[in-house]
Amino acid sequence: MPVSIQQRRSAEPSLRIVCPNGHLGFAPIKPGSFAIGCAAEPDLICADSGSCDVGPGPLGADISSSPRQWQVQDLEAMLLASRRLGVPMIIGSAGDTGSNSRVDLFVEIIRELALKHRVPKFRLGHFYSEIAKDELRRRMISGETVEGLDGRPALDFATLNATDRIVAVAGIHPYIKLLDAGADVIIGGRSSDCAIFAAPAIRDGFPPALAYFGGKILECASFCAEPYAAKESVLGEITMDDFKVTALLPEQRCTIASVAGHAMYERANPFYEHFLGGHIDMRDCRYEQYDERTVRITGPRYVAADELRVKLEGSGKIGERFVGIVGVRDPYTIAHIDEVIAWARRQAEEQLGPGGWELHFTVYGRDAILGELEPLKASPAHELGIVVQAIAPTRELAEEACMIGTRQMFYARLPEVKGTAGGIAFLLDEVMPASPAYRWTINHTLRLDDPLELFPTLLTEAGV
Amino acid sequence: MPSRPLSEIAKTIRSKNAGVDRITFDVIFAARADYDHVRHSGVLSRAGVCRIFGIDDARITDYVEFDPALAIKFTIRRKRPSGSPGDADIFGSQHYGPLLGIQVPGM
Repeated sequence: MPVSIQQRRSAEPSLRIVCPNGHLGFAPIKPGSFAIGCAAEPDLICADSGSCDVGPGPLGADISSSPRQWQVQDLEAMLLASRRLGVPMIIGSAGDTGSNSRVDLFVEIIRELALKHRVPKFRLGHFYSEIAKDELRRRMISGETVEGLDGRPALDFATLNATDRIVAVAGIHPYIKLLDAGADVIIGGRSSDCAIFAAPAIRDGFPPALAYFGGKILECASFCAEPYAAKESVLGEITMDDFKVTALLPEQRCTIASVAGHAMYERANPFYEHFLGGHIDMRDCRYEQYDERTVRITGPRYVAADELRVKLEGSGKIGERFVGIVGVRDPYTIAHIDEVIAWARRQAEEQLGPGGWELHFTVYGRDAILGELEPLKASPAHELGIVVQAIAPTRELAEEACMIGTRQMFYARLPEVKGTAGGIAFLLDEVMPASPAYRWTINHTLRLDDPLELFPTLLTEAGV
Repeated sequence: MPSRPLSEIAKTIRSKNAGVDRITFDVIFAARADYDHVRHSGVLSRAGVCRIFGIDDARITDYVEFDPALAIKFTIRRKRPSGSPGDADIFGSQHYGPLLGIQVPGM
């Protein structure tokens, strides 16, 4: 273990948390730095397992975005370390989405692992985060406004009806309740990333500002260190006066630049972090290089909310989906690719009628990724790849629409084309079934009377 | 006046979802002088960002010069939420591409 880590535990009261993975289950924990962290006298082992970055599909379809075996591996490493050290283990936003089925899945995996390794009996807590559509509808009918985030209008009934599944984003409260009840292992539903780490610190009396700030820095594990290396463990220590974060992979360091850079990661504004119950203001944060691999932060402020509002995330199915892939090499066709696409779209309209299906043409080599934001869309590459997506209520219709959209590009009528034996090149002369298409229907907030009212907690026993 | 591309000056140039309706961009410098020079050059000002991506100022939801990280950070609203059909950058992680070649004068 690096000397700087051994010597660092101060005489002052502190809480030390190891975070081994920034998105548990999404890619495996690296064991080397995690072992170093486990030898550094942690008080807890915590990790976030969720993200809405994976798109609306997993929440809508109620699946994980990673294989079960990867989830098992990560949970196994954390469970065995937690039970060996006798410190709590906390997982938030189980299984990518934090839906009820994902919480149950992780609880089941923990139970199986405890039996497999004959772990002595321990208390296993979990809580749920879903809110039923009918419950949200009832609140809307009773006069609650479900306010839109990020410029969205307030939720209306049509959008609610088009939604398949909704999770509420928990704060620290269900974690504290379960810790108070004596939980040794907690599997959380959808939660604010920072709350997973802040909860035990706030419960132990440390300042909320430092607790939430520490949680924000720790939740992506080694992303707050440099050089870039994902899935490595980091160690955070919260005291009454400061928060310190230490890189545990020997090749990595936490630097002022890496930690401050991470403080603004994947958020619209680097100065504020909102969660159920309030926000932290980071405008006056001070970053100091504490030792070679550790940064010390002081100065964040906690601001309690006047009104409790919980964030809701909802996903709704649009339809079944098929995908086709074609290529184009003729420079004249490339220059007129929008006309080719329009032709194919017209053929679909003629065969299928004007509505009840969607076709999306994504033109790689021109503007696939940025769309209308692409500055170079007027100068496409010498060859294009076009992905055709068709979406319709039934698989049969989606397949047919996709086949028309894909194949009719072959027959597009361009007035001056030299090649009259086919306007595009097929990678496969077929269309492929894809996962159903979903969209984020809900990115809103709901007023609560009690921060626990949507998050029922349960405590059971596991192990032998 | 000589100029250099932003990719030769900044340490990190990245983009990423900030929630499901926005994409945020971070341009991070290793040296204070480079950060100050690019800031003052105007190439990454709000107006500069609008020019690069061909958008109206109203699409920019946040614009911050973040001194602790020597970073210029701005956030734009997506036209449709991440992962909607036709969105080909679900994580928003390749939207920074056009920033790399931006010429910074006086470098």
